[in-house]
Formats: sequence, structure tokens, C-alpha cells
Amino acid sequence: MTTGSFGVPTAVRGSSTAVAARATDLSKVYGEGETQVVALDAVSVDFHRAEFTAIMGPSGSGKSTLMHCMAGLDTVSGGSARIGDVELTGLNDKNLTRLRRDKIGFIFQAFNLLPTLTALENITLPMDIAGRKPDRQWLDMVVETVGLSGRLKHRPNQLSGGQQQRVAVARALAGRPEIMFADEPTGNLDSRSGAEVLGFLRESVRQLGQTVVMVTHDPVAASYAHRVVFLADGRIVDDMREPTADAVLDRMKRFDAKGRTS
Amino acid sequence: MFRTALRNVLAHKARLLMTVLAVVLGVAFVSGTLVFTSTVSDAFRKSSQKGFAGIDVAVRPHKGSGSQAAPGEAPRLPQSLLDRVGTAPGVASATGSVSGFAAVPHKDGTFSTRGASSTGANYYPGADGKDARYPLKSGRAPRAADEVALDAKIAERGGYKVGDTVRMSVDGPVLRQKLTGVFTTDDGNVSAGGTLALFDTATAQKLYGKPGAFDEIELKAAAGTSQAALKAAVEKVLPKDTEATTGKQLAKEQADATAKTMDGMRTGMLVFAGIALFVGTFIIANTFTMLIAQRTKELALLRAVGATRRQVTRSVLIEALLVGSVASVIGLLAGIGIGAAMRPLMESFGSVIPDGPLVVSGSTVITALVVGTVVTTLAAWLPGRRAAKIPPVAAMNSVHATATAKSLVVRNVIGGLLAAGGAAVAAGASSESALGLGAFLLVVGVFVLTPLLSRPLIAAVGPVLRAFGMPGRLAQQNAVRNPRRTAATASALMVGLTLITAITVIAGSVQKAIDKMAADAIKADYVVVMANMNALSPDVAGKLAAHPKVTSSSPLREAPVRVDGEDDSLTGVDGRTIGGLVKVGFSAGSFAGLTGDKAVVDEKTAKSHGWKNGSSFAVAYPDGTNGRLTVAGVYKGNQMFQGIMVDNATVTPHMPQVDDRQVMVKVKGGASSANKESLREALGDNPAIQVQSKDDISREIAKVVSLMLNILYGLLAMAVLVAVLGVVNTLAMSVAERRREIGMLRAIGLDRGEIKRMVRLESLVISLFGGVLGVGLGVFFGWAAGEQIGASMATYELVLPWGSLAVFLLLSGLVGVLAALWPARRAARMNMLVAIKAD
Repeated sequence: MTTGSFGVPTAVRGSSTAVAARATDLSKVYGEGETQVVALDAVSVDFHRAEFTAIMGPSGSGKSTLMHCMAGLDTVSGGSARIGDVELTGLNDKNLTRLRRDKIGFIFQAFNLLPTLTALENITLPMDIAGRKPDRQWLDMVVETVGLSGRLKHRPNQLSGGQQQRVAVARALAGRPEIMFADEPTGNLDSRSGAEVLGFLRESVRQLGQTVVMVTHDPVAASYAHRVVFLADGRIVDDMREPTADAVLDRMKRFDAKGRTS
Repeated sequence: MFRTALRNVLAHKARLLMTVLAVVLGVAFVSGTLVFTSTVSDAFRKSSQKGFAGIDVAVRPHKGSGSQAAPGEAPRLPQSLLDRVGTAPGVASATGSVSGFAAVPHKDGTFSTRGASSTGANYYPGADGKDARYPLKSGRAPRAADEVALDAKIAERGGYKVGDTVRMSVDGPVLRQKLTGVFTTDDGNVSAGGTLALFDTATAQKLYGKPGAFDEIELKAAAGTSQAALKAAVEKVLPKDTEATTGKQLAKEQADATAKTMDGMRTGMLVFAGIALFVGTFIIANTFTMLIAQRTKELALLRAVGATRRQVTRSVLIEALLVGSVASVIGLLAGIGIGAAMRPLMESFGSVIPDGPLVVSGSTVITALVVGTVVTTLAAWLPGRRAAKIPPVAAMNSVHATATAKSLVVRNVIGGLLAAGGAAVAAGASSESALGLGAFLLVVGVFVLTPLLSRPLIAAVGPVLRAFGMPGRLAQQNAVRNPRRTAATASALMVGLTLITAITVIAGSVQKAIDKMAADAIKADYVVVMANMNALSPDVAGKLAAHPKVTSSSPLREAPVRVDGEDDSLTGVDGRTIGGLVKVGFSAGSFAGLTGDKAVVDEKTAKSHGWKNGSSFAVAYPDGTNGRLTVAGVYKGNQMFQGIMVDNATVTPHMPQVDDRQVMVKVKGGASSANKESLREALGDNPAIQVQSKDDISREIAKVVSLMLNILYGLLAMAVLVAVLGVVNTLAMSVAERRREIGMLRAIGLDRGEIKRMVRLESLVISLFGGVLGVGLGVFFGWAAGEQIGASMATYELVLPWGSLAVFLLLSGLVGVLAALWPARRAARMNMLVAIKAD
């Protein structure tokens, strides 16, 4: 994958401090009374445009909940969640659906492709749903970036896991979303395929100016990001820039230690 | 293994719901039919026993096989015989009875027979001046020619009180009888909703054309004489051509006749119950196939830890047996409820069923339970065998072996051969059994082929679906995703629609053919007949002939004769006018000169006797005389006019009693409501006589056909209902299996409405697929059956009821929409986050 193939002007990370998504005092509470569980406790965080952010934390820290709330997949109990300048709280299901369709790209752990569609049809699915024509040039570039040119006519069951996840990455990218959310995107992949997918995510930020937010528990995966936000017990406890796998691992070990001592 | 099966059934309660419902409906239909028919049979048996309680021995005319009597009716029983029998040893009392048709309209002039018989008979006073068979409730017995007594039920229904004048009719002319009494009776016909009018003996004998004679002599035994002994004693004094029968035997005969009718009804209804159950098997097979596919790993694990193939199959069959038993018990209970509810339902439609308890026999219970469990288990047998083929290694693989392309190739070849063979046999069939065989092969072939057919047929509607955007495209792809399941679902619907379409096509074509035949063959303006197709008095023909508006008329009367030593009948017509009233094609001769010893015969009769124009043949008339007739014309017979026709002047003198079947009439100015009214008036405005124009006949035929069709539609509705459950079942299964996909689609931008639309469209596509196949096959069978009917009905031609066909397709679409309601809702309500992570 050569960067030379990218034909669009590259957005230089950091040159824009614009915020792609912002949570302000965001709370999420499950259940009521005795069985009440606070998944997010007044979380405030900004996700910057053209930046690759990883969200990490031990199980039950609320990292997936934060992503679901920010992506409009789940409702919010309190505070505010914004994508660009759109406030998500208060949107009804139809408007939320439209927002997800038009402004957000998704990558799931289990690929979640439609088995009846070819790779290309899966990639253009969100635009087909919206009834929009894909931008041909952009689409070609995305397909080439993820290295699927020869396999566009294949169906998901004719592709390997890594290839399927690359289709999912291309699907998320194809609509030029304002922000992409990835939920453990390498969880079902071997390390080589995982590294490939993470590479594409990073390239999409660096070369295409996309914004990516990824939930992961893998320090190596997190090290591909520009910034790591750590969650514990529904709160943000740390914010690390330019992480390395070792640094992330060390930070995570402290959670474990805390978990053992407390 | 039993425990595993039980656990599985309990774990999949919701998934099995539709399957259970399908079996419940089928079993309820079966047991409802059995309960209802045995209840009615039992009630009629009891009522006929009661009706014969007063008779120990009955003497009736009986023509032995070696009888030398004249053709036609057997000899009657004269008064002298009654007197002689009455003095035989052991006879306590002898009653003579004569009976026939008697139409008793309600006081407001309406006349309805409710399908049961309207009988007239004589009141035969015994030694005490009373007829023990008919205890009077009010008034007195009829004594004079213008008096009548009515049974309490018709008196009440008709609104008659003692002293009223009853306008009634026996064979045409209106009788104005004074109602002298109202009686009660155990007569079986009356219990079954019929009516009974009693005249004094002489009047009844005159009205029924048997002066001084009886139809039956009923004897009561003296105390201490058994029925058998009485019968033996009476037989000694009986002349030949009469026989004595015990009351027990008579009751048994009538009960047997009722049982036979009910047997016919039961068989008919069970056929439709069988169809519903057959449709249900598709649902059962679908469900078990899915349950097994979901449990591939589990079953493979069983195999891996040592279960044999047979044990795996058996565990599936035990599951089916459990499901079938539960469904059968529920179905049986529902069926008993249906059987109980049928009586008030039938009575609200005007049928009368004698009182009696609800009969739930042991055989009903056993049949219902066996049918339900066996059908369920059989339907699960193929999926069970497939389960056994899962290799143990599948427990380790994440990808399990699904239906392979190879098995579909074999399937398609077999299906193609069956369908082509069946179509060829059905199209070229020369007999009903060949047609049946062809139809069966074709249907089975189409069943086998439906997975193959599903792709191109569903692809054909692709452009329409695309108009609905992405949900439409996804629906199309989802519909062909599991061709076997789609095929089984559509086939279930196809069965019902094939039958509905076929009977509609045939009924429409036959109706048109009869219509055309009537229009072609009848030149007369009016055909006058008696209600219930009873005989008309020759008075009617006389009155019509004398009517000033009538230009020509001819009665059609039937005389039983022997031709060349064989029993046959002559149709007497007016030789001078018949040519202007009836149109039949002559291959030789004509109606002209149909007088004296001349006769015209239809081609079939001529051929069977080897007659040609000019041949002559011997006839034995009903009065015992013999004659010869000469063929003066050979015509093409049809369902309305056939056999040997002669001039009335030739045959009437030989008929001891003249009964006209119908009178054909031509009037000045043709058929009009004024003319019809005028004819009716001339006949005394008798509600029991029908004056029918050709249009009236058409309408009558249409009424009969549509009534028959509605009954068949009603019976087939159950099969369609079960098919609807099948569509619901399939969609519910698909939605459950595709949870992850649906969650993903929701996440990336399909809103709830679009998800619903996707499921609905899939349902619509599958249902329409079944509908198109069903209507197509139905039209084919309608055509093939028509070829058979056409052979015996010259005016038959295929009429395609386009309107009805369109309605059937719409109906199948509606089935799709309705069936999708619940599954679509479930799909739309699904929790996205849970669904995305589901496995």
C-alpha cells in the first residue's frame, strides 16, 4: 500500500482543532432502584477531526457504552452527545437512523456483512439505502486502499475473515462519514489481518482526513491510534497522546493492580 | 434420548407455536367432522326408530325380479288386501297409507322446502276414529275433500291456525283446503325439517292417483305376537308382488340410508381436512429443518460423543411425536367444540337436525390423535434423516455443511421428469383416473421443482421490488436465500390456490356450457316445472294451452316402458308443436310427422339398439299392452333432451297416471314480466309452480353453481389458513436467523419502517410466488378436467374467469401482507445492540 496512490489533498493532523464529536456530562444508567447500574458517569470528552482515537478500559468500564451513545446506537440518560453540531439527545429514531446513515461509518467486531450481497454491494450499501450515488473516484480509491480491487464480485462467504473486515472498513469509509466508529475491529482476526485493518484505519485518517474512534482492549491495536482515552467505572481516568503498545500496557496494568488491591 | 428431545421441545416453544397451530387446525377439522357427523347420524337414527315405533309389520308393493307385471310402478295395495291382512292372526290393527308430494307454502305465499321433503298423506282413522300415528294437538281430523291437517311445526312456521284456508299444491293446481286440525308426529321427515299435510283417505288416494289403493299397509301386532311371528302370519295371505317387512327392519333401513348420506358428507369433509393437514406438513417440515440447522453443532456433538445416526434421527422423531401429541389433544378438544357449535350454526341456516346428545366416540378420539401425531412425525422424518447425516466433525467447524448444489440438481431432474410426465398424462388423459394420476404426478413434480422455480420467478418481480429501494432489493434476495424453505412455504399456499382456481375454472365453464345448452336447445319462452322437480298434473298443460297469450305449448311426460325387453322410458311430447319449442340437431329425419307410431331417438340410443331412420321396435306400455314404434328421426341428444320421444296422443292412453315433468310454452311477444305474471295467474299464482324463462334458468344455474363454489371455498379456506400460518412461521424463522444482519442494517441506516417493509415485501414475494404457481396449476387442471367434461358436453368450452383469477392473486398478496404483520413488527422492534452481537 503506497501513499502515492492517494490522489486527494491530505489533511494534516492537528492543523484543525475542530471537534468531530463531543460528549458533555454524558451519563448512561441501566435499570432502576436496587439494580441500577451507572455505565457512564458524567463523561466529557472531545473527539477531534482527522484524529484516530482509541477508547480503552477494563471490562465493564463503559467504553462500549460510550461508543454506542456517541454513535446514536443507544439512548442517553443525561448530558449531551454531539456529532459535529448535531445534538443526538432528543432525536427520534428516524432522525437518529438518518444521522447514522449519512454521517457515521461503522465497523463491527463480527464483520456484519450481508451474505446475499457481493463485496462491492456491501460497500455501497449505506449509500444505496440512502438512495445516493457513490462518488466513483472516492470509491475506487477506498477500494484500492483496502486492497479489494480483485474481489469486488465475491460474496462474503468466499472471502477470508481479514478480507471481510476490509470490506467492512471500505463500507464505513465509502460514504465519507464525518466520523467512523470501530467496535473491537480486530477481535475476530489473526494478528496479521488485524494489523492490516488497523493500518487502513490509520491511513484513512492520515491520508483521507477521516476521523476514527475505536474501542479496543488490545494495547497493540491502541498503539495505532494518535490518542488513547482510558475509562474506568464510567469515568475518563486518563488521556494519552502518541501511545506506544508498552505505554498502554503499563497503563492498563495499573487498572489490574487497582482492581486487585481495592 | 427422550430427555434431550423433551428439553429441545421445551426450549423452542415459541418457534414451534405455528407448527402446533397448523396441526391443531388440521386435527380440529378432522375431529370436528367426525363429531358432527356421528352426532347427526345418531340423532337421525334415534328419530327414525321413534318414527317406526308404531309399526310392527309393513306391507309394501314389491316387484320381484321375475315379475311379469307391466313396466313402471309396482301394483298398489287395494282396499280388499287391507281388509284381508287386517284379519290375519295376530294383527291388532291395520292402517292403510298413501302419500306423495304436497307443497305447503307459508301463509304469506313464500315456499321453502329447506332441502327436506314436503309430504302429503292420508289420515286413517282406526276403530276409535283416531289415527294413532298422528295425535291431534288441536282441531279435528280432515274428513272432506277440501279439508287438511298440518303438522305442528309447519303450522307454526307458516302461521296457520285451525279454520284458516291453506293454499297448497300437490301436482300443480292450487288446492284451497280448510285447516281442520294440527297434529304432532314422530315422522322422520318432519323431525328432519320436512312438512306433512294430511288429507282424508279418499282425497289422498285421489290426489295421488291411486283411487281405492294404498302405498303401504301398516300393521300393529296384538299383545304377545312378535314382529317376526306377525310377519310370518301375514306373508301367508299376501299376493305376489308384495312383501312384508318388520318395523325393526324398516327403522334399520332408514337409519342405514341416513348413515349413508352422512358417510358421504363425512368423506367429503375429511378430504378437505386431509388437504389442510397435507398443507400443514410443509410447515412442520420447514420448522424441523430449521431447528436442526440451528442445532447442527449440538447434533454433531452428540454424534461425536457416540450417538448413532439412528439415535439422532430418533431424537428428532421423538420431538415431532411430542409436538404432534400435544397439538392433537388441543385439536381434538377444538374439534369437539366445532362439532358442538355446528348444530346451532346449521340450524341458523335453516337445516333441522333432530335433538340428540353430542356424540364423541372412541374411534373419533383415536382417529384424531393418531392422525395428528402420525402426520407430524412423518413430516419431520426427512429433516430427521438429514440431521443424521451431519458428520461428527461439524461439531468442531464453525462452518457447517449446508444444502449442496448437487442435491438440488438431482432434485430438479426428478422434479422435471415428474412434472413433464404428469402434464403429458393429464393433458392427454382419456379417463378420470388417468387425469387424476397426471394431476398427482404434476403436483408432486412442481413441489419438487419449486426451489428451482423460485429464483427466476422471484427475479421476474425484481424491477417492481426495486421501486421500493433497498428494502425491496434486500427482500428479493432474502426470499431466494433458502430456496427449499421458500419453496415449501409457497407450496403450502399453492395447494389451496390450485384447488380453488381449478374448481372455479371448471364451475364457470360448466355453468357457461349449461347456459349455452339451455339457450341453444330451448326455443320456448317459458319452461313450467313443479318445485322440487315433482310431477305436474296434466291440468297445468291444459290450462297453459288454453291461455290466450300462448301460441304453442307442449308437455314433456315420461312413461316407463320396456323397449326390446329392457326397461326404458318414453318422453311424450306434443308432436305438432315440439319442433317450435325445442331445438336439437337431427342427423336424419326431423320432428315433422311425429304422430302415431312414429318416434324420434337420440344418436346414443339409436346406436346402442342398432336403429336407423325407419327401423321399428317393440314397446311394452305401462298398462300392459304392447305396440311397435318406427324411428322417424335421429337427433343429437344433450343433457336436457335425450332418449326416445313420441307423440303424447300415442303414449298417454297407455299411462295409468299421467305426470308431466315440465311444460314448454311459447307466448305472444316473447318472455316478459307481464307475460310471466299472466301465466302465473292462470295457474292460480301457485308458489310451488315455477314459470321460468331462459334468463330465469340461467340465474337458477348460476345460483346453484355459486352456492356449490361457496361451500367448496369455505372448506378450502382451512387449507389457506394453514398456509398463512406457514408464511408467518417462515418469516418468523428468517427474522430470528437474521438478527445480526437486521441489527447491522439498523445501525448503518435502515429505519424501523424500512425494516418492516423489507420483511413485508419478502412475505409478499413468497406468497405471490405460491399464488402464481397455484393459479397457474389450477388453470391447467381446470383445462384438463374440461377436456373430459367437454367429451360428454358438446357446448363445453374453457372459460377463464379473469376477474376471479385476479382476485385469487390479490388474495395471495393479502396473505403475504397479513402473515408479515407480526414478524415485521418483531424485526423492527429488535434491540440493535443485542442483535449486532448475536450469534
